[in-house]
Amino acid sequence: MAHVASRPLTRRAPRRLAAVLLAGLVSVLTLSIAAPAAANEVGLDEYDFKVSGLVELADEPLADVLLVIEGGGFRVEVESGQDGRWAVGVPERGDFTVTLDENTLPAGIAVIDENLEQPNVRTITVGQSGSAVANFFIGQGERNTTSLFDQVIERLLNGLNFGLLLALAAIGLSLVFGTTGLSNFAHAELITFGGLMTLLFGVTFGLPVWLAIPIALILSAALGFFNDAALWKPLRKKGVGLIPMMIVSIGLSLAVRYIFQLFVGGDTQQLPGATDTTLSIGLFGLSWIDVASMGVSVIVLLGVAYFLLRTRIGKATRAVSDNPSLAAASGIDVDRVIRIVWFMAGGLAGLSGILWAYFRPGVSWDMGFQILLLTFAAVTLGGLGTAFGALIGALIVGLFVELSTLIIPSDMKYVGALVILILVLLVRPQGILGRKERIG
Amino acid sequence: MIDWLQIISNAAQEIISPTTAAYALAALGLAIHFGFTGLLNFGQAGFMMLGAYGYAIATLTLGWPVWAAILTGVVASIVFALILGIPTLRLRADYLAIVTIAAAEIVRLLFTTNTWVEVTGSANGLQGYKGGFAALNPIPPGTYGFGPWVYNEYDWWVRIFGWGLVAIAAFITWRLFKSPWGRVIKGIREDEDAVRALGKNVYFYKMQSLILGGVFGALAGMIFILPRAVVPSNYQTSLTFFIYAILLLGGAATVFGPIIGSVIFWVLLSFFSGFIARAVEVGWLPFLTNVQAGQLRFILVGITIMLIVIYRPQGIFGNRKELAFVK
Amino acid sequence: MSSSAGAQGAPIKSTGLHIGEPAPGVKKVDPIIIANNITRTFGGLTAVQVEHLEIPRGAITALIGPNGAGKTTLFNLLTGFDKPDTGEWTFDGQGISGIPAFKVARKGQVRTFQLTKALGLLTVLDNMKLGAKGQSGESLARALFPWVWRKQEAEIEARAIDLLSRFKLDSKKDDYAASLSGGQRKLLEMARALMSQPSLVMLDEPMAGVNPALTQSLLDHILDLKSEGMTVLFVEHDMHMVRHIADWVVVMAEGRVVAEGDPHEVMSNPAVIDAYLGSHHDEDLGDLDTGVMTAIKELADDDAADNKH
Repeated sequence: MAHVASRPLTRRAPRRLAAVLLAGLVSVLTLSIAAPAAANEVGLDEYDFKVSGLVELADEPLADVLLVIEGGGFRVEVESGQDGRWAVGVPERGDFTVTLDENTLPAGIAVIDENLEQPNVRTITVGQSGSAVANFFIGQGERNTTSLFDQVIERLLNGLNFGLLLALAAIGLSLVFGTTGLSNFAHAELITFGGLMTLLFGVTFGLPVWLAIPIALILSAALGFFNDAALWKPLRKKGVGLIPMMIVSIGLSLAVRYIFQLFVGGDTQQLPGATDTTLSIGLFGLSWIDVASMGVSVIVLLGVAYFLLRTRIGKATRAVSDNPSLAAASGIDVDRVIRIVWFMAGGLAGLSGILWAYFRPGVSWDMGFQILLLTFAAVTLGGLGTAFGALIGALIVGLFVELSTLIIPSDMKYVGALVILILVLLVRPQGILGRKERIG
Repeated sequence: MIDWLQIISNAAQEIISPTTAAYALAALGLAIHFGFTGLLNFGQAGFMMLGAYGYAIATLTLGWPVWAAILTGVVASIVFALILGIPTLRLRADYLAIVTIAAAEIVRLLFTTNTWVEVTGSANGLQGYKGGFAALNPIPPGTYGFGPWVYNEYDWWVRIFGWGLVAIAAFITWRLFKSPWGRVIKGIREDEDAVRALGKNVYFYKMQSLILGGVFGALAGMIFILPRAVVPSNYQTSLTFFIYAILLLGGAATVFGPIIGSVIFWVLLSFFSGFIARAVEVGWLPFLTNVQAGQLRFILVGITIMLIVIYRPQGIFGNRKELAFVK
Repeated sequence: MSSSAGAQGAPIKSTGLHIGEPAPGVKKVDPIIIANNITRTFGGLTAVQVEHLEIPRGAITALIGPNGAGKTTLFNLLTGFDKPDTGEWTFDGQGISGIPAFKVARKGQVRTFQLTKALGLLTVLDNMKLGAKGQSGESLARALFPWVWRKQEAEIEARAIDLLSRFKLDSKKDDYAASLSGGQRKLLEMARALMSQPSLVMLDEPMAGVNPALTQSLLDHILDLKSEGMTVLFVEHDMHMVRHIADWVVVMAEGRVVAEGDPHEVMSNPAVIDAYLGSHHDEDLGDLDTGVMTAIKELADDDAADNKH
């Protein structure tokens, strides 16, 4: 990380030491999260040529389907990943057969194609380009068709769930922007960190979930605080401009993301109970986890609202977020407010990461980055620097993302939210609750 | 023992590699956007993608000749610049950043979705479009070169084409920023209102800059795909961040900065990756696997971006006095 | 140089600019700007509400008033940097309300800013060249072919150096503008504005932040503008300056024009005194803030100095 300008060592040394020890401890612990073998990519590094593909059922990616690729005396097996994709390296060019093992498909589903004798077997050729593709797009099969009304309600609730957890991340981002002017791209990693820590303590160390989550939250809040103390505050004191700081956050985000990948690998792992189907309520495709997630989000958001509206520090936070120089001039301790904001932002982002891990479902090294853009969209939509704007923006984004899947294919669902962002900025550049700026 | 010769040889090849040329051209386009005009364009990956797909789709689906395919990519990028620019050039700088990232992601998602898989190849992308380009190759078949730089006629053709484009683009950029047009742009970078008060149509100039830099990005995308396939996962936001790293390394508001920056970037990255990979094999770094070694590159890039911006924002060739984004 | 200076260096004032009694909105003999019914509100606050205003051509008009009176907002509106809620105005007979700022500038109206906008990252000479109008080299297509614009560029450079020497900045022409002092940057901004050969020069607080040694030099330059036939409109708080060089004064308060007239009449106008004192005129004057007190004292001093002659 950036080397901080020299300061009197006596006062800062103990705090620095503690921070470094904490970082070191967490790193060593995280190393012990075993990265499982990547089942959906085999031999890509060993061989020069590639056969890959996608398995989908009714436009949704299908995971854990077994495929066997054979050709020229070579044979390899691979499973489709969470996104339905798979890829294998093959030693030479030529013809290969790709066989989909129908035993690994969901009950009652088969690959049906009137034109082929064996629809679950494809013959492909790896030619000049060095790679070939075999996709299996499986039709409706025996799926239960749900009524349109049910689908709408299901997506509405999903959208609400997603919007609420996005709001947790968005509020922190918005407050950091409001109080310090920083557009923090590394916020994504604060989100991921929450999920990773819960994985570490809940799965690797085997602690019960009700213990792992609070520990993860405390660590996330501490990381947020550490972020500001070690990096952003020194940069502010140095007088670094806002655009350079944004670019620094981009570099930080890149570095930390790949540090995460270094420790936990490229695959997705699950938190305890995430894929437990016994928790299903049977209503609208929801599980108790979804209900708990929404409940937790609402409670925490109410807590944040109370903090901002009723407590003295909360009001001071809103003042600083709205107009830092004016707030400082009226005697508010801006530095203290900023510290608290980062602490909160870290904790909220961590919680958001945990809920996101249950929603996706899955913990991966880049899970925060996947929703970073949506988080920025939510914040911008609602008005940069306002906490309540971030909440409204997040809810709009969440609902839009989920409800739009009724009309557009699900792998384009983020497009809708991003388009909304652009459209709102056209009409009302300051966002829904933001203030307009004056020239002069 | 570590094969130093192999590592150095690989690194040396990066000096003239078409990937280096592509990144240099994309960075040059970004230099026009960010370095000279002050536009925070975080969607340069989107421009590259449109150039690449424009060329590939025009060749494969439409069967057009090379010049028409190139034109398709260029026109696509101009349209994208207009769509991006018309609403956003009136917005503040950080809004532009978010909108351009969003727009580039939308483009990537549109090319990755399975909805149009026959044309776009969705996640697996497109191959087999190189025929037309190869047919234009004036070099007779054979292997040429010396030292580490030994390639066949196609590879040499790609390099000549790529670096030729870079040279032309560099010349155009250099000419432009010595001209009155360049002067207006540099004024806009610092204070739009002052330039407006002098009677210049600021919005129009910003649009021109966006289009010009975007066309460079599209051409870069075309160079990029000549030695490989068109794969949408190559055009994620991290591509734009890499280009920024190169730009900042070389000097954001210079003509040579992006080019030399790209060369230095890829040479060092190759050397570093090669060294780490060999070191892991030989057992010097027992706690790292091969895969993890590959990830160190990105960590390095991230840290490099941070250090450059904090300690030497003008990069190697830049002039600190002319830097607009350091306030 | 200071050809508008008469005996003892005092500027020759233009008189007879108005038709009828001097009152807010009085018509002018030869107006360069005629404005009607301009309003601008921010949220619930009315920043500007001007029913009728005419600016006389070829004279130096001062726009004064307490803070928050709407002077800069009116400036922004007239120059196209802000959009009014209602209102229309003409410049040289042409309707220009609602056209964007850069077009207003091209028509011959040039403005400076309260916070000086000398482009620090460009050299002084480049700053000047930027000010010139109608440069063919500024078009993207033509910029690529230097032979098309080289001659024009040489002419512009010659003009720029000439102006710079008038403002005594020519020795700094190759320095970055950021290296100039605050006062020199003000001069640069003014010189740059002149490159476009405007007919109306609008200065937003030209004396703000300028050290007293430079004030006389700036005043002389402004008087030069008038002697070259340009119209000047400036916003100021410095009463000395206003009395010294203004031919006509427009007083604004709370968004409205409360008085117009030549400097002497205006400063003894009870409405003006009210505007500065606000609703405190029946209070002990000792309670007022010092800024206003200084202004009143300056007025009294000036009157006394005048009466001596």
